[in-house]
Amino acid sequence: MTELICIGCPRGCHLHVDEENDYKVTGNSCNIGAEYGRNELINPTRTLTTTIRLSGGNHHSLPVRSAHPIPKKLLFEAMEVLNHREVKAPVKCGDVVYADILNTGIDIVATRDLD
Amino acid sequence: MFDVIIIGGGPAGLAAAKKCYDEGLEKILIVERDTQLGGILNQCIHTGFGLGVFKEELSGPEFAHKYIEMLRDTRVEVMLDTMVLEINRDKEVTVINGNGYQKLQAKAIILAMGCRERSRGAIATPGSRGAGVYTAGAAQRYINIDGYMVGKRVVILGSGDIGLIMARRMTLEGAEVLACVEINPYSGGLPRNIVQCLNDFNIPLYLSHTITKIEGENRVERVTIAKVDEHFQPIEGTEIVFDCDTVLLSIGLIPENELSKVAGIELDKRTKGPIVYENMETSVEGIFACGNVVHVHDLADNVAMEAEKAAVGVCEYLKGRKSEGSVDVTTYEMIGYTVPQHIHLPLDKNKYDFFFRVRKIFGPSVIYVIDSEENVLARFNRQYIIPGTMEKITVPKVLLEKGKGNLKVLIEEK
Ligand SMILES: Cc1cc2nc3c(=O)[nH]c(=O)nc-3n(C[C@H](O)[C@H](O)[C@H](O)COP(=O)(O)OP(=O)(O)OC[C@H]3O[C@@H](n4cnc5c(N)ncnc54)[C@H](O)[C@@H]3O)c2cc1C
Ligand code: SF4
Repeated sequence: MTELICIGCPRGCHLHVDEENDYKVTGNSCNIGAEYGRNELINPTRTLTTTIRLSGGNHHSLPVRSAHPIPKKLLFEAMEVLNHREVKAPVKCGDVVYADILNTGIDIVATRDLD
Repeated sequence: MFDVIIIGGGPAGLAAAKKCYDEGLEKILIVERDTQLGGILNQCIHTGFGLGVFKEELSGPEFAHKYIEMLRDTRVEVMLDTMVLEINRDKEVTVINGNGYQKLQAKAIILAMGCRERSRGAIATPGSRGAGVYTAGAAQRYINIDGYMVGKRVVILGSGDIGLIMARRMTLEGAEVLACVEINPYSGGLPRNIVQCLNDFNIPLYLSHTITKIEGENRVERVTIAKVDEHFQPIEGTEIVFDCDTVLLSIGLIPENELSKVAGIELDKRTKGPIVYENMETSVEGIFACGNVVHVHDLADNVAMEAEKAAVGVCEYLKGRKSEGSVDVTTYEMIGYTVPQHIHLPLDKNKYDFFFRVRKIFGPSVIYVIDSEENVLARFNRQYIIPGTMEKITVPKVLLEKGKGNLKVLIEEK
């Protein structure tokens, strides 16, 4: 049995995950918690948010995120890749600024408009 | 003449403007001192916004973007790069910008100025004054907006959400965060942020500890922390020394109420924000307030919902709603405060929300709303309540109507 705090929403439910019983989750208040508890022990994932260099605009730094959570163990490697990435203004919120990061099938997208 | 002038273009101001527009107000103006709308959300690039309002998890800029898009083809006017210098009871708003100094007249005002961070001056940290001590929010701005790093080896004082978020952000950017130091026996941040910002990166959280010394001539070189007793006094012999070049302070936010004070708006000593009624009206008729200027929120979604209440309040005020007195909402010491602090009579809403924070961690407990004769009007069960999360209860009007005199909100551990 593993105890976890769900990060699915600000409520922060205290979960119990039973590895011996097909990762059955208790203590969750919704399905997100059940899924999180299971994933957290099998393949933990996180949404990556960071900034990348922007050229030709009023700002020098563009906020971006992974469109979906990526494996937690890839966070630092993804940062390394994105630290070398530069995009040109203008950018629209939702634009893909780096496709399929580290072969995860997940895109990195801009999170605001910047001219 | 504006129907309403909204001061501040963060989530509170944006959501208030949207709601005023939806309710049919004609002349709506947002005044924002920054060159862009969005307020603090522009630097909060992490996700964790929007689950309440948009039912999806957004980053701060995405949350702001949704509102900015919704306001785009509307009549709502926006003045950027414009600072409000003064407001008064007659709803005159004095602003200054590149075109100079102007007085604008409104029928109603919504205060949405947000809050500022407590800085080192607000606490007594002994030691030299080398460079390298930042408030967590300032560091967040430098890194996320201006694009430069503030340090390599970091100690964070305070475990509020900004400090936690910055612990993760700096770690991802290659810095080493050595410790997060919290004077209280509990963290002031959301549990999810302890997990995903500290535990994920094995950053130790020292509860009941404080910084006792910051050393370094030109730049921070060393920080000493120590355990504290129940009176928050450092205990000798418990010191731990960290070699570091940066200290981030995440020791709380204070509602930004210079304008409110000058206008003679009554403030609550506990929240440091205006005292408000259920419709978010302040002690000055026709001046409303919402968001972090009223009390510090953990969630932009709650800010937006509060802003909509203020907007509805403004619309009713402009239609000539009159109240006949009010009742007070009080608490006792384990509940830090309530918002609202007063309720207008007659009771004309179907239900009434009360927001508050507790002063310690509560396990399974019951929250009671009682009247002046100690009759219980409503009770709410909770499994777990912590100071780091704002709590909300909703009481139907039919229950409040049974009460006599003022109301009191209490909590009791089972
Ligand atoms: C680091 C951090 C992390 C957070 N994380 C989360 C999270 O994960 N999820 C979540 O939901 N919430 C989070 N929050 C909380 C949320 O962002 C805030 O509660 C919310 O932004 C407050 O909105 P506001 O509009 O009241 O204030 P602000 O966003 O501060 O906006 C106030 C605006 O008023 C303007 N202003 C002030 N005075 C004047 C003046 N005199 N004239 C003109 N303009 C003026 C300011 O420039 C500013 O733009 C976080 C907050 C911080 C700081
Ligand atoms: S289980 Fe559901 S309600 Fe509980 S924290 Fe997770 S997402 Fe939130």
